[in-house]
Amino acid sequence: MSMLYQSQRAMRAKRQEAMRRGVMAVLDIGTHKISCLVLRFDQKQDFVPAEGIGSMAGQSSFRVIGAATTRSRGLKFGEIDTCQETERAIRTAVQAAQKMAQTRVDHVIVSLAGARPRSYGLDGEVSLTAGTVTDADVGNVLAACDVPDLGRGREILHAQPVNFSLDNRTGLSDPRGHVGNRLSVDLHLLTIDAGAIETLLHCIKRCDLELAGLASAGYVAGVSSLVEDEQELGAACIDMGGGATSLSIFIKKHMIYADTVRMGGDHVTSDISQGLQIPMSHAERIKTRFGGVIATGMDDREIIELEGDTGDWHHDRRTATRAELIGVMRPRVEEILEEVRTRLDAAGFEHLPSQRIVLTGGASQIPGLDGLASRILGNQVRLGRPLRVQGLPQSTCGPAFSACVGLALFAAYPQDEWWDFETPSDRYPARSLKRAVKWFRENW
Amino acid sequence: MRPLIARRGPVTEPARDPAPSIWSYRAQRMWLTPIYRRFLRIGLPSLAVVMALALYLGDEQQRTAIWEHVQEVRREIEDRPEFRVNLMGVDGASPAVTAQIRGAVSLDLPISSFDLDLDALRARIEALPAVQTADLRIQSGGYLAVRVVERVPALIWQTRDGAVLIDAEGHFVAGLDERPLERPLPAVAGEGADRVVDEALRIHAAASPLGDLLRGLVRMGDRRWDVVLTDGRRILLPEQGAVQALDRTLALQDVAEILSRDVVRIDLRNPDRLTVQLSDAAMEDLRRMRALELDPLTGEQSG
Repeated sequence: MSMLYQSQRAMRAKRQEAMRRGVMAVLDIGTHKISCLVLRFDQKQDFVPAEGIGSMAGQSSFRVIGAATTRSRGLKFGEIDTCQETERAIRTAVQAAQKMAQTRVDHVIVSLAGARPRSYGLDGEVSLTAGTVTDADVGNVLAACDVPDLGRGREILHAQPVNFSLDNRTGLSDPRGHVGNRLSVDLHLLTIDAGAIETLLHCIKRCDLELAGLASAGYVAGVSSLVEDEQELGAACIDMGGGATSLSIFIKKHMIYADTVRMGGDHVTSDISQGLQIPMSHAERIKTRFGGVIATGMDDREIIELEGDTGDWHHDRRTATRAELIGVMRPRVEEILEEVRTRLDAAGFEHLPSQRIVLTGGASQIPGLDGLASRILGNQVRLGRPLRVQGLPQSTCGPAFSACVGLALFAAYPQDEWWDFETPSDRYPARSLKRAVKWFRENW
Repeated sequence: MRPLIARRGPVTEPARDPAPSIWSYRAQRMWLTPIYRRFLRIGLPSLAVVMALALYLGDEQQRTAIWEHVQEVRREIEDRPEFRVNLMGVDGASPAVTAQIRGAVSLDLPISSFDLDLDALRARIEALPAVQTADLRIQSGGYLAVRVVERVPALIWQTRDGAVLIDAEGHFVAGLDERPLERPLPAVAGEGADRVVDEALRIHAAASPLGDLLRGLVRMGDRRWDVVLTDGRRILLPEQGAVQALDRTLALQDVAEILSRDVVRIDLRNPDRLTVQLSDAAMEDLRRMRALELDPLTGEQSG
């Protein structure tokens, strides 16, 4: 626990250094593609809020100066499977983005989709010594949360205080400065497989980059594709990626639940490949050109040529109708959505005041998906696109890049996490010099 | 040799993996490092230039060769006829002074105008006693014009070593015998007379009614003036108000013809009392007359 706390604090320090230097990269490592954005942070705030223009979610402070996307290699289900291949893919993306930005980046913030995230809701409570809540009290109450047994090989990715209560008042987003007797906190803890993080660290290090932060892809996709009132009133963001579908539930602008379904667009492609007996690359092309989930009578007459290169004349000149293609794709998409439904039900999504569901990610571009999803997930479904940020190229504005854009927003304005507060002195190991110093500071 | 396997259509290369190798990736990152780029774009070329210059100029022979070449080019430019001075003309000086000036300057004409130090020449000309100011300029056509204002002699000053001419400011102009006088000048004598030339001139102007009777002025004790008349008689003027005192004497001359009487000196040093010194013969006469005119009854003197 202490190790994690220290390493997360070190990452925060690196992020501060990158902000001082003014250039940072964000890297979205997905199963289908790896995309990299280079951000430039301006010290001066030249944005002036005017009539009808809000704060733009704070995105006016940075600008995208480099963007690159490459086909990812060596990943499965959003986890790194072959280190060397992934390294090369990361290098390709980073190099192209650097070339576009005409500058060198050293600090990178990474999001990853898979690695079996698991959500925990924790609470802690302390009685306040002084009347007013201070930073140290917040640190105390966060440290007072009793962490359950996470299991072997699990690592905390996010630990975000979601809600503070002071005596009988609840729903405080920031209790500092309030007066009360007992302070309690609800903490959302997200853990993932430690092995995935270690592999990722290894790959980043091999690319001569320094890790300045880690985020869950589902979380950052929600940050960029949910609008403000959806985040406030309660919504679920479903980021349908290539190898994994991440879902995250937001309420009161905090993520309260995140999970992953280990199926995505690549599975649809492999179904097509198997069902129509064509290679994967060809199947991918057919999926993106002719794919759909709701068949009409028109689709029976639309013939798709299934070209092949085997040398067998009959095999190379087969055709399929679009209805057949939809017949292959639809069961898999339904399976994914039903799995998502199960996860949402397990999380208690139906108890939320607003049950808006936003579909985003590359696989959400299948025509007719919103109709199918509203049949399975409920009728408040919409397709989401990421927020528009300054300098983002047109080609990276689609829903496939919502995690990437969200990561940029996360880099600019990270949420307060547990490690942003000082831990109280009694959490330090005994006989530590730091503990003595801290004890002196607190008491004199 | 033809391959045995016939290929139809365009032979497609296997798709190359665009991923950079780790060394090309590192090299590109190094190139994109700002300090490295700045070093390569500015630092390295300037360093190379400095090194090349240092290597070339490190040799003593090279340095002297370059210096000599520079001097040679400079010499060539200076010796061009456009910059040559062929003639020197002196304006505003008498022939004697002109000869003096030519002697003092002693230029070896023709000469390049770069070699002329006009300030030093001017100082040398102005150091001549007969020259008050000099103005030198090089005019077109290689002509060095010297415009001179000569000192005008105002007084003849009799010193122990001889008589000299001094101008109105008291500066030495020439010896009395060195140049002919254009007009008669007043003569003065005595130590410190050259420092109060203007007073001497004023007294001389005031004494003009004396005409040929006036011989000169003598500075007494560097303090006051005596007017010396031709027959050796003196009028002793006070330190202050010398001209007024002289005017009083001249008024007395007009009224009582004091100078035609037998007086040796008229003493005006005390402004309240005019004193005269009679000659010995006159004194004798005076005593005699007084004895005759003495009234036996009263003992009073008349006259």
